[in-house]
Amino acid sequence: MTLMTTTKRPKRGVPEGLWQRCPGCEQVIYKKEIDKRMGVCPRCEYHFYVSAHERVAQVLDEGTFEEWDAGLQSLDPLEFEDKKKYVDRLKAEQERTGLTEAALTGSGMIRARRVAFGVTDSAFIMGSMGSVVGERLARLVERATEHQLPLIIISGSGGGARMHEGILSLMQMAKVSAALARYDGAGGLFISVLTNPTMGGVAASFASLGDVVLAEPKALIGFAGPRTVKATIGIELPEGFQTSEFLLDHGYVDRIVSRGMLKSEIARTIDYCGK
Amino acid sequence: MDALAPGFEFEEPIHELQVQIADLRSQDPTAETQDEVRRLRRKLNETIREIYSSLTPWNTVRVARHKDRPYTRDYLGIAFDEFVELHGDRHFGDDRAMLTGFAKLDEHKVLVVGHQKGRTYKERSACHFGCAHPEGYRKAISKMNLAAKYGLPVICLIDTPGAYPGIGAEERGQAYAIADNMYEMSRLATPIICVVIGEGGSGGALGIGVGDRVAMLEHSYYSVISPEGCAGILWKSHSYAEKAATALRFTSSHLIEFGVVDSVIPEPLGGAHRDLHQMAARLKAYLLKTLQELKALPLDQLLDERYQKFRKMGVFLDSNSEPPATEELPPTTEVNDG
Repeated sequence: MTLMTTTKRPKRGVPEGLWQRCPGCEQVIYKKEIDKRMGVCPRCEYHFYVSAHERVAQVLDEGTFEEWDAGLQSLDPLEFEDKKKYVDRLKAEQERTGLTEAALTGSGMIRARRVAFGVTDSAFIMGSMGSVVGERLARLVERATEHQLPLIIISGSGGGARMHEGILSLMQMAKVSAALARYDGAGGLFISVLTNPTMGGVAASFASLGDVVLAEPKALIGFAGPRTVKATIGIELPEGFQTSEFLLDHGYVDRIVSRGMLKSEIARTIDYCGK
Repeated sequence: MDALAPGFEFEEPIHELQVQIADLRSQDPTAETQDEVRRLRRKLNETIREIYSSLTPWNTVRVARHKDRPYTRDYLGIAFDEFVELHGDRHFGDDRAMLTGFAKLDEHKVLVVGHQKGRTYKERSACHFGCAHPEGYRKAISKMNLAAKYGLPVICLIDTPGAYPGIGAEERGQAYAIADNMYEMSRLATPIICVVIGEGGSGGALGIGVGDRVAMLEHSYYSVISPEGCAGILWKSHSYAEKAATALRFTSSHLIEFGVVDSVIPEPLGGAHRDLHQMAARLKAYLLKTLQELKALPLDQLLDERYQKFRKMGVFLDSNSEPPATEELPPTTEVNDG
């Protein structure tokens, strides 16, 4: 009989969402195993995307995070519209991610050491930096300077400077870099952690300016996007181009650190450099 | 430039008048033809003024990229009395897309840093069409440090489609080089004046763009991304570049409004490419006036004002409900419009 209702039959075995295919090794992995390892594939060490809030939970001591400048909200100074209005895009991203903007900043403890902590979330308009991301980070750096706190910023930004706020986004690169230069002058320790992806104006500003630069394995990190580079030079890009390992080989990353070790690596660096 | 070569299609009315005038002038001069030439010349000037005072954003980009637009080296030859070029970044090479050297501007000894696009095809490919590599940014900051050491003010002339996107550029740390330049320029202990003379292409521009004053020539543009790049990402096709150019609001009038630039230097009638000498004179006048202002400031104040200038940039709403620190009650929401 042709009308066998095979498609309507309820699925046996594990319900959907319990398994995930790993882009690194193409294997189907039990999701709880990935979660248990902080979003890292147990077979191939592929580092899955984790949200800003998950980062806080992974890196800071439980219950110590205090968010700063949550009240900063993006405006639409250019009245920008591509296929969608920027104001609508912002609202949609806020609903989708549960974040107010692409950066989350505040203070917290890492193994009982107080730090100023920031993270950009690549899910919110590609983790791009507009006025609010720039302002939150600049205030974070200034408070770290004032209170002499070690500064940790975990970057996940494929978008660089956000196009929708035009030149004002570009200027955030200068603003945050200038704040970091003052922090440096005051003897502050900045640990920059690069995760997949860190590109464009974020790579070309605060993310590169760490006293110590750590990177998660196999993250895409660079200035120009691989497609742009390919379009400019017209040849295939070498394998591993713009990965963490490529950057380490070329001298731009101090250490490649697996996610599970990140917290203790940061704590250790603070121990070496802290006052 | 050849006055009779056809220009952009929006310059068609200008071109027609120029041809008419040339025709009349090739005839034997009579009182009547001379009158007519005078009349047409007045009309020509009015037409140029009209067209150039209402350029669309996309046409502004085209003017900023005009093949005859004056480049850094042209200004060095005319606005400055001397240029002593200094080469090399001491690490990798000498990037021809970035010119650096000592120069004299009347009585002022300065250091000039500027993008260079190149005029002939050979020059253009040597300069990568004005797209600097990391060694260009490193050369720029190393010469700026030299200038600071000996108390020379720095003048940066910005004219780039963007920093070079290539394998070598990535291998040698393009992102790091640009970041480091902004970091160091923000605290460089000497006055810095930046002027966008043509294209202010994204991070490639900002890599020599942090200063005490930032100015733009009237028909230049300064943008977070090229209109083509923006169109490719947001509209998925480069053919939307004109639309992207409008959306990005990157012309000099917008940038003054956003507080990103301090001054707009007016261009000669019909754009800088029509009268290099007048443009150079105007640039020189701006630089002289600004140098005098900046040199009069104590270094601490100069650096603090430079920091505050960039610190204030950005447009956002601040609705933090933190208790006010003083008895004065600020509004619960404030708009920081830079």
